[in-house]
Amino acid sequence: MPPQQFASLDAALKAHATRQPDAQVLLFVAADGSASGLTCASLNDRALRIAQGLVQRGLGPGEVIVLLLPHSPDLVAAFWGGIYARALPAILPYPAASVTPETQRAQLTTLARRAPVHHLLTTPEVRRNLDPVAAGVQCTVHDLESLLPTGDGPVGPLQMPAAPRSPAYVQFSSGTTGPQKGIVLGHAAVLNNIRAITQAVELRAEDVVVSWLPLHHDMGLVSGVLLPIVTGNLAVLISPLDWVKDPGLLFRAIHEHRASICWMPNFAFNHCVNGLRESERSHLHLESMRAFYNASEPVRLDSLDLFYEHFHPAGLRRSALGTSYGMAEVTAAVTISAPGQAAPVDWVSIDSLQRERQAVAQAPRAAGAMPLVSSGRPVAGVEVRIVDEQGSTLPERHVGEILVLSNACMSSFLPALDTPSATAWVRSGDLGYLAQGELFVTGRIKDLIISGGRNIHPEDIEAQAQGVPQLRPGRAAAFGVEDPASGTEQIVLVCETRSPLAPHDYWAVVRELRHRTQQSLAVALADVRLVEPGWIIKTSSGKIARSANREKYLSEISTSGGAQEAGHAP
Amino acid sequence: MKADEIKPRLREFLLKDLLRNPTYPLTDDEPLITGGLVDSFDLAQIAVFAEREFKIYLPDSDLTVEAMDTLDRMAEQIAHRAGP
Repeated sequence: MPPQQFASLDAALKAHATRQPDAQVLLFVAADGSASGLTCASLNDRALRIAQGLVQRGLGPGEVIVLLLPHSPDLVAAFWGGIYARALPAILPYPAASVTPETQRAQLTTLARRAPVHHLLTTPEVRRNLDPVAAGVQCTVHDLESLLPTGDGPVGPLQMPAAPRSPAYVQFSSGTTGPQKGIVLGHAAVLNNIRAITQAVELRAEDVVVSWLPLHHDMGLVSGVLLPIVTGNLAVLISPLDWVKDPGLLFRAIHEHRASICWMPNFAFNHCVNGLRESERSHLHLESMRAFYNASEPVRLDSLDLFYEHFHPAGLRRSALGTSYGMAEVTAAVTISAPGQAAPVDWVSIDSLQRERQAVAQAPRAAGAMPLVSSGRPVAGVEVRIVDEQGSTLPERHVGEILVLSNACMSSFLPALDTPSATAWVRSGDLGYLAQGELFVTGRIKDLIISGGRNIHPEDIEAQAQGVPQLRPGRAAAFGVEDPASGTEQIVLVCETRSPLAPHDYWAVVRELRHRTQQSLAVALADVRLVEPGWIIKTSSGKIARSANREKYLSEISTSGGAQEAGHAP
Repeated sequence: MKADEIKPRLREFLLKDLLRNPTYPLTDDEPLITGGLVDSFDLAQIAVFAEREFKIYLPDSDLTVEAMDTLDRMAEQIAHRAGP
């Protein structure tokens, strides 16, 4: 069913539930291969009952309801229940087993300080952890088991379709210490983007989407849940936690369900190669895949090459390696590469790119040239332009900030302060250039580290050094270092010590930093270096100059030939 | 295969290929996952290494913090799967 028929997300699901109630819309595949699915009718029914339960317990129209549930049919049903209740569902990552109840409570408190969160739906276990602070932050915590109403409750307002311009849900853009700004997206905007994606990928009725992306991620939610439900295509979903430990799950699901489309970040292409068990390599069948979209992290040609080299014998076509660029502020997709062909590669002069911010075309593999992969062409309803620091539009092949104008633009932030108008160009914070209509993304303006698909703010890591007595306060720098083997950035932390440390103490401090970073941020540091006072470079205004510190670190390890030097290590 | 035979080769893999730090003083009982040295992505690579090196298959259910947090425990898990 073409998406343009629907004026709101709930109208789409209700229509499918009526016309093709028994059609399977979502299939959750577990690590052992077992699957639990939802038909259009079962999803609709469960969503309605959740909506009724929430409304009975005080959820009002326009109120935010945070969903803290494991990757499961229940999570999707709860999301649609929020939509049906005319509230604003917002999916956040379910706490890992290692996150202590105290940390969970602190996270809720921090969240409630940032945005008005009056309702939260979670598991009974997490509810028990959060209850002690819930009242204090004016949040009602529900759990699914005690929520579902007995008997038939009133269904009046839930049956009316939502107005297109009304807000549909909230997408939190992820940070490591917790969600950043909440982005409110309206029904019409989301449907615009779904329609644009459908056109750009030339979606067919028989296409099957396969995804392991987390549902708290904009690309994961839109490509894995919203798009398939609106278009009526089947989506096969794998938990990211399962996939990380066993990327072969993706290939088994592709083969079993004849999947044809998959969106995943650059690092996933490397991990599929590095983490695939030997015994599985001979049983792969990827002929059904007509498109892998490398999206939501900078695209690396060597990752695509590696993936192709390993899976070409299993039927993977080069033309199936596509790319996409997007952001939550405009629902999801900004650009998508043309279907049926590999995303174009632009070989450019490294020197011109780094020093003059210009993409000067070179012959493929020429000396001093580097390849950049196109992220595709703007999808329907979207315009892209490149601007300099002053906001003036730059010509082709000049690198500047990527600005986006989209008919899938957010309605407001949550809370609604500094809300851009829907007709305004949205600043992406990313750098890139246009060449013959193709968008090439070259980097990030700020120091954000993107490692394994996660946005990690250096400040959060540097903060772990605070309170460690041997370290100088405020003298730590965290940065990402590109690592071709993993196809993503690895994270390095450098900290100044007050005085030279004996080897035993040195390693104790390093262990402590790694431990803290893991506990608070779930981040594993690739390298931790303790250095002498004065090593860290700061700007004249006293800010940590992360790029400069990264360059210094890289030059030191290349000259010394080892990772642990600087007069402190054994 | 005994855990003692597995440990040296596993240690070399961890230091050389995973941690990329041959001089790191890795102890047998050091908490690797909870200590932040090894993450879930690394667990998949450890499973690949174990399959290649010791010809055993580590199912997902083996790749838990409890079973894999230290070099000792990893070697035991692999030995368990390898049999006599």
